[in-house]
Amino acid sequence: MTVWIAIGLTAVSCYAVKLLGLLVPAGVLERPLVRRMAALVPVALLAALTAQQTFADGRAVVLDARAAGLAAAAVVLLLRAPFLFVVAAAVIVTAGVRAMTG
Amino acid sequence: MAEQTAPARAGTPSPAKSDAAVVRDALGVGVAVGLSGFAFGVTAAGSGLTLLQTCALSLLVFTGASQFALVGALAAGGNPYTAAAGAFFLGVRNTFYGLRLSQLLALPRAVRPFAAHWVIDETTAVSLAQPTRRAARIGFTVTGATLYVLWNLTTLLGALGAEAIGDTDAWGLDAAGPAVFLALLAPMLTSTTERAVAALAVVIGLGLLPVLPAGVPVLLAALAAPAVLYVAGRRSPAREDTTDDAPHGTDGRDAHDPDPATDPGTRTESATGPGTGTAADTGDDTHDQRGDDQRGHDGTGQAER
Repeated sequence: MTVWIAIGLTAVSCYAVKLLGLLVPAGVLERPLVRRMAALVPVALLAALTAQQTFADGRAVVLDARAAGLAAAAVVLLLRAPFLFVVAAAVIVTAGVRAMTG
Repeated sequence: MAEQTAPARAGTPSPAKSDAAVVRDALGVGVAVGLSGFAFGVTAAGSGLTLLQTCALSLLVFTGASQFALVGALAAGGNPYTAAAGAFFLGVRNTFYGLRLSQLLALPRAVRPFAAHWVIDETTAVSLAQPTRRAARIGFTVTGATLYVLWNLTTLLGALGAEAIGDTDAWGLDAAGPAVFLALLAPMLTSTTERAVAALAVVIGLGLLPVLPAGVPVLLAALAAPAVLYVAGRRSPAREDTTDDAPHGTDGRDAHDPDPATDPGTRTESATGPGTGTAADTGDDTHDQRGDDQRGHDGTGQAER
């Protein structure tokens, strides 16, 4: 039962925060400063998220196979390869490094 | 690999990007990330959730980080309220995405409650990477639909086959997420401001990780945006003696935009009513995102080197 309570609370609250952003009136967003912020904040969030998903293990900062995978993705990205190649490179290199290092 | 140099590289904004190219990129993201629902299914089932509970999370919460956080907290014996609070904190960033997406997509009011469920990292990243409103709408819809269907399907498969599969980390799928974000972010880092925001956000996100609860460091990383804008705004009036900079002091871009012609375009975009995404205002979008950025940054950019 407690699990269902947690699921219910999470589902409702996570949906509410998603909807909240979409419902902010357009008038508020017309101000130039707000526009610049709204454009830059996702860049900040995605950058921080990329770093955390690569270097975080729980609450510790670690350097593991994912870093090699991301580096491979960056190289493939610089070669201007299509999107799926970028992701495939990250997955394959990460799996490969894990297989080699056990 | 060099011959893979396709004209429609993922997320590279170009005004001539075809619908097919947008769909292809969106499908790529949807498939790549959608498959990681498998890892969630395995993790949730391994943490003692029932099949129904696991699938309910993917169907109703549909924001990966929050789902993993909830399952992790429950598995660690946390009470349902603190577990849900942790998941909630991880979900708050979607509000910021929604702010940007509502400008970008200009969805009709009636559609917003339905679109809201798909406001997540991946749909935002794909939409942001598109040059026009039409492309952003296609990107959002295709990414959202693909990801929702696959995420739920693979959650089910993962939960069913939890024991059989074992450690999904061995497959390297956990690297797909960051690679997707990197591929989508890279083309957005066009000016010094964007790059400075991204770099500062990485430092904040990783630096605060050990000392704050999950989800909070990423939220605080959002402060990189006002911080960089503030610094950019402080520098530009000092460099240029245009007196009318003062009222817009904190807004680096608009403050020293030498071309007044871009202003009307900039304003119309968000003033455009719901459902009126015409060719004219998608043109303005392109102008706003590319032209404005480049020009606005000549001053600030050089000042920081």
